[in-house]
Amino acid sequence: MLLIRCPWCGPRDETEFHYGGAAHVAYPSDPAALSDEEWGRYLFVRENLKGPFAERWCHTAGCRRWFNAVRDTLTNEILRVYRIGEPA
Amino acid sequence: MSGDGLRHATEGRIDRGTVLRFRFDGTAYSGHPGDTLASALLANGVRRIGTSVRLGRPRGVMSAGSEEPTGVVQLEAPFPDPMRPATMVELHDGLVASSLSGRGRLADRPDPARYDAVHAHCDMLVVGAGPAGLAAASLAVRSGARVILADERPEVGGASPDTEGDDWFDRAGARVLTRTTVFGYYDDNYLVAVERRTDHLGAAAPGNLARERIWRIRAGQVVLATGAHERPIAFAGNDLPGVMLADSARTYLHRYGVLVGRRAVVFTINDSGYRVVADLAAAGVEIAALVDPREATGGTVGGQVGGRYGGHVVVAAHGDDAHGHDVLSTVDIEPVGGGPTVRVDADALLVSGGWSPVLHLYSQSGGRLRYDEVVGAFLPDGCRQAVTVAGAARGLTSTTACLVDGVDAARQALTALGITPVDWSPPSVGAGAEGPPPATAAPGGVPDLRFVPAEDYSTHFVDFQRDVTVADVLRATGAGLRSVEHVKRYTTAGTAHDQGKTSGLLTSAVVGQALDAGIAELGHTTFRPPYTPVSFAALAGRDRGQLYDPVRVTAIHDWHVRHGARFEDVGQWRRSWYYPAEGEGLAEAVRRECVAARTGVAFMDASTLGKIEVQGPDAGRFLDRLYTNVMSTLAVGAIRYGVMCGLDGMVFDDGTVARLAPDRFLLTTTTGNAGPVLDWMEEWLQTEWPDLAAWCTSVTDQWATVAVVGPRSRDVLARLAPGLAVDAATFPFMTWRDTVVAGLPARVCRISFSGELAYEVNVAWWHGLALWEAVYEAGAPYGITPYGTETMHVLRAEKGYPIVGQDTDGTVTPQDLGMAWVVSKKKADFIGKRSFARSDTARPDRKHLVGLLPEDPTLLLPEGVHVVDPACLAGGRLPEPPVPMLGHVTSSYRSAALDRTFALALVAGGRDRIGDRLYAPLDDGRLVPVTVAGPVLYDPEGARRDG
Ligand SMILES: [Zn+2]
Repeated sequence: MLLIRCPWCGPRDETEFHYGGAAHVAYPSDPAALSDEEWGRYLFVRENLKGPFAERWCHTAGCRRWFNAVRDTLTNEILRVYRIGEPA
Repeated sequence: MSGDGLRHATEGRIDRGTVLRFRFDGTAYSGHPGDTLASALLANGVRRIGTSVRLGRPRGVMSAGSEEPTGVVQLEAPFPDPMRPATMVELHDGLVASSLSGRGRLADRPDPARYDAVHAHCDMLVVGAGPAGLAAASLAVRSGARVILADERPEVGGASPDTEGDDWFDRAGARVLTRTTVFGYYDDNYLVAVERRTDHLGAAAPGNLARERIWRIRAGQVVLATGAHERPIAFAGNDLPGVMLADSARTYLHRYGVLVGRRAVVFTINDSGYRVVADLAAAGVEIAALVDPREATGGTVGGQVGGRYGGHVVVAAHGDDAHGHDVLSTVDIEPVGGGPTVRVDADALLVSGGWSPVLHLYSQSGGRLRYDEVVGAFLPDGCRQAVTVAGAARGLTSTTACLVDGVDAARQALTALGITPVDWSPPSVGAGAEGPPPATAAPGGVPDLRFVPAEDYSTHFVDFQRDVTVADVLRATGAGLRSVEHVKRYTTAGTAHDQGKTSGLLTSAVVGQALDAGIAELGHTTFRPPYTPVSFAALAGRDRGQLYDPVRVTAIHDWHVRHGARFEDVGQWRRSWYYPAEGEGLAEAVRRECVAARTGVAFMDASTLGKIEVQGPDAGRFLDRLYTNVMSTLAVGAIRYGVMCGLDGMVFDDGTVARLAPDRFLLTTTTGNAGPVLDWMEEWLQTEWPDLAAWCTSVTDQWATVAVVGPRSRDVLARLAPGLAVDAATFPFMTWRDTVVAGLPARVCRISFSGELAYEVNVAWWHGLALWEAVYEAGAPYGITPYGTETMHVLRAEKGYPIVGQDTDGTVTPQDLGMAWVVSKKKADFIGKRSFARSDTARPDRKHLVGLLPEDPTLLLPEGVHVVDPACLAGGRLPEPPVPMLGHVTSSYRSAALDRTFALALVAGGRDRIGDRLYAPLDDGRLVPVTVAGPVLYDPEGARRDG
């Protein structure tokens, strides 16, 4: 079980968290301007990287805040965590 | 064999003054405190204690520890427990066990024992309390660290009988968990162990103690001092009772005072076998032969040896007619490379094929292993986690070396923790204490011997528990398998109860020889938790029965129970399903409840409805982005129905929104979806729209809600709320009022989920029952009838109101539901909007929600049944599969109001098929005709909502 450092609460067991997929996939500023393909890419296509991967977590059973983490998908090591709005 | 004289007069740590009675396979035996079932059976001369699973061969005890592959028994009393290694069962008075043929039997009665769990944190977890582990824990305790020391045995000291006195270890300084197996090593130094607390006490176990406890331990640093397992060698008949791992014979002697035989042959490929010869000879065992494939077996052997066979191997073990063919009687010895056979009588054949460091936990932690040619085994080779391996687990063999290594490992771990290690080493180190010689294999350039060459490999056992032989492994490589993982699956070697602790390297070696590849390049099979079997009862702990999954009930629940409600689970909630009167079943009760709601008055407990309050100056803007329709224009005092979609445009939830104040809204959600909706709202607020000043909180458990439904509901409410103007003009549909109902502060909403005149009365949760009882009493003159979820479903379906999750499945848009009206054309954007223009969501032949009327008005269509186009039928029958389906039934009921059955269904292009006849194929083979209708089957004009 991972020990995840919530940027607000500190280290907590993985079971307190909810996984939120890739980070930094911003909602398009003008969805209407996108082609079906571009919209489909935003909706459905995500990277599946081997190595450091920026992803979102929510401390659901704690402070209920979302934050970002960089996790090495090969070793499962969480390399860093940072708050929403902080630079990657 | 008779047990006479097999118990040594002085050796061992047993309490000879106390006699314990036990039974095995119906025969009464005795032993002593300190015995295991295995040692007690050996002391009584019982050699055969089981039968192999596939070949039915006799099997005995092979080791003295948890690696035991063959001596596996069924415990019968005090409580049935299958597949327990006799080597790990502590003897107690009244123990009853029986032999197995490879498969155990689960208890046929409920387990009365309690199981529990503990969460623990420590600076350092030391696994294994042998010399290395004790030394490591001792230094850590002296240095001020919080230490947990766990060991699977009943006492510290380790597997080896060589351990010196350990009075230097301060038990009180550490949390010492004996009889505790650390069986799993997970991410971030999270380890899980099982502690056996009462099994060794037998019937005397106190009832207040949990039988087993699961320990979930988060450790700053881990020291693995998990020791080493001796390996067998494959030769003909190497599974015969009487053939044992050599060093186990020393353990039986020194720990239990048991002689494993009277006349032994020792077959070793490494120096550790020589200490077995010395110790057994000193204890009075006749050593008939010492067999070593290495040429030079020179040097002194501490004891008299009948024959010394350097450059020889054991080729076969046999029984004989005199002693029986299920125990060892003779051993055949030949020169390496072939030659004349010497047959030696023996009742014990003690084999050492070298030592395998126990690296299961290390490997589970993500540690890499490398094959070391000198040690002849896999050794630790680096790990990302904060773990250090010490002692025999990294190939060391002498007690002194292990003690020193334990101190070194602890020093390293303490430094990493930022704790300064004190200057200390165990007193026995440096006092001239020399352990046994190193157990390195084959120093003389003789190749590692894993299996003895033969013509026929059909009884050269590799995995004793799965009955896998060298012949089986060669059959696998012959079939073209190249990977040890594939060979494992093909032969099942290493997949038994013992997980191949003794057989893993042997399998790799046979594969390597067959493929002319080194063990180093073949690698090893993956080690997975658990290290030893763990009962499901222990893992479940207290999370069983009522505590398995918490049930939520409303403030009014006890009333429902008292009034005979039947219940159904909706998400975590337990809701009233229907209230059968005397003699009624579901159909009769629901019909009566429906009639009451449509013609008189009925009421239901709607407290489980999800409720979320949204506050803040931007609350309206926020809701505009979440819902498909506009919420910001809602007047204070008004209520609007709304639908939320996912980004893909599919319906996610629906409910009502009430505006309480310019900056306050109250939302309702589907009962089972309250949590996900709140999560969804918070996710958008935090991750995409942090600039919006809006905040959400769940108020589901703050408000109890009673829905009062039917043409007479106004009369009931008027009696309860004399201060409230209840006429339709003053209190119109889709508005709310704060008032007093039955003397309770209440918020009354004119909302209807049935099409009838209806009020939802909300009061504080703790007033829920008082409100309910007041409504019941005030409604009595009108024959008010409680109803449950089934009637609610029928009433809403008659009106074509979909239930998210029943009539939708994540592939349905609001337009598919016929609710294009709820999708704003004016708003620039909202979640899901862009997806409505995707070619797939815009196509005309999508499945639409429609009504279905079976032509036989008494036929109730099963929910989920498909509907097909008559055009695809051939001669009135379904065509060959695949049959093109148009859609399926999502809801199906008997309607009192319609006086017939009806259904809702998702049907391709359904709105263009209204009036068409389709067919529904039933399970019994019938094809039944149905007519497509609009989804609103009752009161399509909406004339009834004002009463
Ligand atoms: Zn937190």
